[in-house]
Amino acid sequence: MSVKKFVVGSFDEEKVLFPAVKQVRKAGYKIHDVYTPFPIHGLDKVMGLRDTSLHTAGFIYGITGTTTALSFMSWVFTKDWPLNIGGKPYLPLPAFIPIAFELTVLFAAVGMVLTFCYLCQLAPFVKKHHFSLRATDDLMVMAIEVTSKTNVEEAKAFLSAQGASDVHVQEAETGWWFGRYDKASKLYQDKNETVIG
Amino acid sequence: MDGSKTYADVTADICRPVETKPTRMWWIGFLISASLLLFGVYSVYREVTYGIGQWNLNKTIGWGWDITNFVWWVGIGHAGTLISAILLLFRQGWRTGVNRAAEAMTIFAVMCAGQFPVWHMGRVWMAFFVLPYPNSRGPLWVNFNSPLLWDVFAISTYFTVSLLFWYSGLIPDMATLRDRAKEKWAKAFYGVTSFGWTGSTKHWQRHESLSLVLAGLSTPLVLSVHTIVSFDFATSVIPGWHTTIFPPYFVAGAIFSGFAMVQTLMLITRKVMQLEDYITLSHIENMNKVIVLTGSIVGCAYITELFMAWYGANQYEYAAFYKFRIAGPYGWSYWLMMTCNVISPQLFWFKKLRRNIAFTFIMSVVVNIGMWFERFVIIVTSLYRDYLPSSWSTYYTPSIWEIGFYLGSFGLFFTCYFLFSKYFPVIAIAEIKHVLKRSGESYKEQMGTIEEESLEKFVEKSHHAH
Repeated sequence: MSVKKFVVGSFDEEKVLFPAVKQVRKAGYKIHDVYTPFPIHGLDKVMGLRDTSLHTAGFIYGITGTTTALSFMSWVFTKDWPLNIGGKPYLPLPAFIPIAFELTVLFAAVGMVLTFCYLCQLAPFVKKHHFSLRATDDLMVMAIEVTSKTNVEEAKAFLSAQGASDVHVQEAETGWWFGRYDKASKLYQDKNETVIG
Repeated sequence: MDGSKTYADVTADICRPVETKPTRMWWIGFLISASLLLFGVYSVYREVTYGIGQWNLNKTIGWGWDITNFVWWVGIGHAGTLISAILLLFRQGWRTGVNRAAEAMTIFAVMCAGQFPVWHMGRVWMAFFVLPYPNSRGPLWVNFNSPLLWDVFAISTYFTVSLLFWYSGLIPDMATLRDRAKEKWAKAFYGVTSFGWTGSTKHWQRHESLSLVLAGLSTPLVLSVHTIVSFDFATSVIPGWHTTIFPPYFVAGAIFSGFAMVQTLMLITRKVMQLEDYITLSHIENMNKVIVLTGSIVGCAYITELFMAWYGANQYEYAAFYKFRIAGPYGWSYWLMMTCNVISPQLFWFKKLRRNIAFTFIMSVVVNIGMWFERFVIIVTSLYRDYLPSSWSTYYTPSIWEIGFYLGSFGLFFTCYFLFSKYFPVIAIAEIKHVLKRSGESYKEQMGTIEEESLEKFVEKSHHAH
């Protein structure tokens, strides 16, 4: 990823944030992201994000689990090593239901969590740039990307007019890197690291 | 939630126990738990070195305290996921105060439960034989028809899914702690455990979807786990176990004992950590309502069993219930179970008692004693007199190492819980903030002006807002 320049402003109320997001988008600014301490329903719609298809992935993982369980147990009991257990049928489908169900749930849950971590790039020892340390406490922090068309001063004034406080400019790495939060890490591209808290 | 709070207040209140030095009460509790755990480790060491003979199991009672404890702990482990998952799906706002600690409790309880069947194997170094893996014996696979193997799958899936559900909910809160951390170790620890969470809107959107689907998956999972545990008994031909009522009866019993354990822990946690504003009297009352409901279901199941033992006209079934269970040398345990599980929870029909903290605390312990005896009654009183009177065993009492193993599981459970309550946020911070605007008291007060408005004006205003 790369280091980019952002105009950053903080909001402390959803009531103010929602119209601000709408206005900022209408004015043609490019919202990089809004960082919030808790999920705000409808914010993704207002920001124009598409719905996630994580649940579809979960469904696919689930049926993979069912298929794995049923086909494996059937293969074991009919082809690989047929066992005569008290004269019961070699393919006792009802007896396969519990394990098939458990594997469905297991595959779906593990698969979804791994997919979630992959998509959001979450893992131990992953470090990212944080625009504000209060974005996990009580502020909703909006970062507007400064493109070649953006006038920084105008953007700052516009954001303040929408009710944002503490409007300022940050240069930040947009990707992730390996690092620890107790150590300030200098990125090769990053001239003024702002992560250190 | 009680009191007028802002977002920053919520963060500060819930992070406070994590960020301050542990209290003297915490240390006392932690040390007692750790010593119980050590005694448990020694008891298990005796069992592994000298064999199952260290326990007083005898020729008809092959499952004694050990499997009783297993079923008891698994049952306790049900409330956490139930609170998180089912109440999430039913949109019960009150769950946010208690779900995090209840989920943690689930995980620790399942960890404790897992110990019992594993060490009961005797030659524990061969425990991996229960896994279906290609081996040098043919390969000879495990018996996929056996409820005991279903149990292996059920318990391990339940543990994994509960852990993932709990941890994925924890990530944003760990990030909150990371960003507030002052000390170096805390920055490092919460930095690693928060996985680089930023709070991006897209990430929240995926997180919401993940939580919802995991809740949807966990709901049938909870019901399946105790159903499968009950199959361990119900699919056998032992009179007293061979009944079709077992699955629903076990599930209701599990919710019953699980909620009681949540009560016990919550009442201590809110007191010690001063979280009375977040875990309120109405939480306690709601949980007591669930306890009286599930307790009554369990009572119906007991009576149904007795009825069927008579109505079924099977003399062995009749003897198991009427001669060896409600009467006979173990009759006392049956009546103890009846009193603790069915009769005493009926007192929760009184609102005054439902909202009485001391009474709730005592009842929560009583219920768990009763539920332990339920499993003891099912296991021991069905086994101590089998088809052949000449092998009817002498009176079964556990050995000190059998008891020590049980105490050790308490040690494991409470050691984990104490560490959790010190280093992790015991209440879901982000979820509380999410419901703050709807259920916080200061916000409810502001609703007064809205309620006084005329309907037309309100509709007009809300149309403009969107």
